[in-house]
Amino acid sequence: MAILSKDEAQAILKKVLGFSKADECQASLNGRTTGNVRYARNSVSTAGATDNVSLAVEARFGKRAGIATANEFDDATLRRCVQRAEEIARLAPEDPEYMPLLGPQQYLTPTAYAASTAAITPDFRAQAAGDSIALCTAKNLTAAGYLEDGTYFQALRNNKGLEAYQQSTNVDFSITVRTPDGTGSGYATADYTDAAKFSAKNLTQIAADKAAGSRNAKALEPGKYTVILEPAALASDEGLLNNLMYSLGAREADEGRSFLSKKGGGNRKGEKLFDERVSIYSDPLNAEVPSGVFDGEGLPVKRMAWIEKGKVSNLYTSRYWAQKTGQQPTAFPGNWIMEGGTQSVQDLIKSTAKGILVTRLWYIRDVDPQTLLYTGLTRDGTFYIENGQIKFPVKNFRFNESPVIMLNNLEAIGRPVRIGGNLVPPLKIRDFTFTSLSDAV
Amino acid sequence: MKRRDFVGLTGLATGALWLPSFPGFSGTLVDPARLLEPGLDVAVKKRLADAALNTAKAAGATYADVRIGRYLNQSVFTREKQVQNIASGESFGAGVRVLANGTWGFASTNTVTEAGLAKAAQLAVQIAKANSKVQKEPVKLAPQKGQGVVSWKTPIKVNAFEVPVKDKVELLLAANAAALDNGASFVNSALFQVNEQKYFASTDGSYIDQDVHRIWPNFSVTAIDRASGKFRSRDALSAPMGMGYEYLQPKAEDKIAGPTGTGLIGYRNSFDMLADAALAAQQAKQKLTAKSVTAGKYDLVLDPNHLGLTIHESVGHPTELDRVLGYEANYAGTSFATLDWKAKGQPYGSKLVNIVADKLQANSLGAVGYDDEGVPTKEWNIIKDGKLVDYQKIRDQAHIVNQNESDGCCYADSWSSVQFQRMPNISLKPGTAKLSVDDMIKGVDKGIYIAGRGSFSIDQQRYNSQFGGQVFYAIEKGKIAGMLEDVAYQTNTLEFWGSCAAICDASDYRLFGSFFDGKGQPPQVSAVSHGSATTRFNAVNVINTARKI
Repeated sequence: MAILSKDEAQAILKKVLGFSKADECQASLNGRTTGNVRYARNSVSTAGATDNVSLAVEARFGKRAGIATANEFDDATLRRCVQRAEEIARLAPEDPEYMPLLGPQQYLTPTAYAASTAAITPDFRAQAAGDSIALCTAKNLTAAGYLEDGTYFQALRNNKGLEAYQQSTNVDFSITVRTPDGTGSGYATADYTDAAKFSAKNLTQIAADKAAGSRNAKALEPGKYTVILEPAALASDEGLLNNLMYSLGAREADEGRSFLSKKGGGNRKGEKLFDERVSIYSDPLNAEVPSGVFDGEGLPVKRMAWIEKGKVSNLYTSRYWAQKTGQQPTAFPGNWIMEGGTQSVQDLIKSTAKGILVTRLWYIRDVDPQTLLYTGLTRDGTFYIENGQIKFPVKNFRFNESPVIMLNNLEAIGRPVRIGGNLVPPLKIRDFTFTSLSDAV
Repeated sequence: MKRRDFVGLTGLATGALWLPSFPGFSGTLVDPARLLEPGLDVAVKKRLADAALNTAKAAGATYADVRIGRYLNQSVFTREKQVQNIASGESFGAGVRVLANGTWGFASTNTVTEAGLAKAAQLAVQIAKANSKVQKEPVKLAPQKGQGVVSWKTPIKVNAFEVPVKDKVELLLAANAAALDNGASFVNSALFQVNEQKYFASTDGSYIDQDVHRIWPNFSVTAIDRASGKFRSRDALSAPMGMGYEYLQPKAEDKIAGPTGTGLIGYRNSFDMLADAALAAQQAKQKLTAKSVTAGKYDLVLDPNHLGLTIHESVGHPTELDRVLGYEANYAGTSFATLDWKAKGQPYGSKLVNIVADKLQANSLGAVGYDDEGVPTKEWNIIKDGKLVDYQKIRDQAHIVNQNESDGCCYADSWSSVQFQRMPNISLKPGTAKLSVDDMIKGVDKGIYIAGRGSFSIDQQRYNSQFGGQVFYAIEKGKIAGMLEDVAYQTNTLEFWGSCAAICDASDYRLFGSFFDGKGQPPQVSAVSHGSATTRFNAVNVINTARKI
């Protein structure tokens, strides 16, 4: 029941709209079927599965809006849900940022669904955990991992003629391998639309190699270093590049409370703020990272450039803010893609005289929104590079760095890979600021 | 991009059908009046629970527990002169956990009927038996006497759900107006309220009905200097509390004056939102021109509304036994405070450091009568006279540290989540000798006073941390000497607690809280308080965080 077809979903939404007496009414259905398995200490600890479909109805009288939800779909429940949304709307204050609902829209054909992922069974998950654990047990290492997969759908319809439907699938896996004495730790993570590409063994092998290779780390003095940041260091755990992408809001910039605010007023759209090799865009039809073709409001998601050759080319702009400032609204994107080259992480290491390879950055928090300064730590595989080779593991560092400074200190960009639904290249950065050492392994 | 990123991006300004999605704030959106309707009668819940327990036993479970939960929440968001969002949510269902073949199994259902619960119990047993094939460490439970038929309720004075939404909106908009009148450029404010109506029953013979309330008012005030392009914000000095709406009815006796020369007011069991919003606007403006700190070693005097977060990160998390044992290795991390480390008896802090865990403190977020596996709550020592003496444990962990009793800190954030070990209140005991904040500052030659929760980051084993704050004041020769900016301190957990030099007395003690503490995969939230009095730490490394871009 959780994944409704387009026809099934639209039939329910049509019925919902039929019950509405409001000036404007929009209804959405969101459904998911997900499963997970978690393991630690080389043993499965928990496993779960969820199924859920939820209806949300927004009713509007003038500028007053109310939302109600339901997760049963008989006529009486649908009717009650609409009535409740209308009652809440009547009691609500007028919304000074009211925007009329969208009319009919043209959408791209979504490509974010893979049947192989929708067909995942509990046995598939148990097998993945079993493979990962077996590999580590054989090497006298300890595995802790988590696999989650899901199939999702969204349908949207309103009384202005808008109609939308999309499905997607996702597999997300992460693995931390530790040595039994706690002196070495390695990590790998990957996610896919199509489960056929997933191998728990291959990813566990990477994490196991890093764990074994990171034993007996040496301490280096904190300071400015050339670093090679692997894609997982840039975009997992709320990474530095994610944080940069979340900071591209037009409203915050115009209001004067963003790194993109201009002295004296206005924003820095169009200014060159990064190295000219930096280009980041969104594309819902990218074959590696397909995403949704409409956002929550029903705006069509299309290819959109955010940073082109170091220049800020577009800012996220809501419909309200676009109208207020005379701009075009931007749909909220489902992915971001940083353009890169052809070099692998290995190639980047080969061309490095002295530097540090970083597997993962962790507990990243903003320190100063004015400069986008963030702090956090390296984790699960940090190595010293000399003359194009990894020489020895090093103790973890705390960094204090801004992605704006980092993307001006760019030495090289490698081949992008998928992380968290985005395409992220490994980056070689000079003068990356490590401010203290950590004893954590 | 994920949903939570969207919320972060838009600063809570949600549009159309994107509902504000905060962890633990899920459920069906309902009319606020629904939050006052009674849940199932306790006799009905007992009958339903027995259906689950009997089915589990018949299917081969050696132990079973069932949680029938009705989770209610309401959030109100405003900015400047307008309401952004009001949402009232209800989530109702049941979770059944069983032990079969020495392995846990769990299943949940929102079909809260005898048949629905029996089906969930059967599924839980099936899952346990399937997982037992790959189980290498059979579960051993600490003994727990059945509690019989009992109940517990947060001793609130005013149920926040009985207060009309209109009054809450007026309060937030009045706080915003106070900030704007005092020079704020922007202000966002929010009010979160939670009521967990939880029924727990187990094959040990416990039938426990609990009614738990929590509340958190919060705001962030921003001041902007358009000419220089500089902006600074100051967040509320409130704490999330295990209280009703009485927390928002300010009382003079709950106001604790900060150091002379700062104008700061700390809040104990009630919060004056209007007064703090006005002060926040003045302080946000002062921050625009405050002196940038010179990096170096300073003696830090830390306000309880700041120190609570440092306690949370550097004592609360590393003493969770599941982290110590490696169950969180792939996500939250492990801990430096391993069983071997503890056995060596090295100091965790100076002899002044006494840290207690509890689920009892009045008005705290952790206070309940019984945890989510039916264990009566208690208080116990974590650090005594500077030494680590114990961890945080639940029933299936006690035997690992050769103990025979759970600490009662098992929790699940929903009926649909499986319960696991979560942090109880972790608090620093106040000093026993009389000492005021001003007297403490008199003894500091070169220092910084810090109040409020700012930026925070700590490694996965909880050694190296960095903390900011909301407001910073220089201390020179025993006196407050003006506001500072760009301050963060970097420290190592053992050095930090080792440098603890003085703690104010109980008259300065109050609670800080974390409303959305995350742990586990899939992630669950929990709420936890941390009490302390203002405390001095000597010679801590302070960095300057200003940068040019």
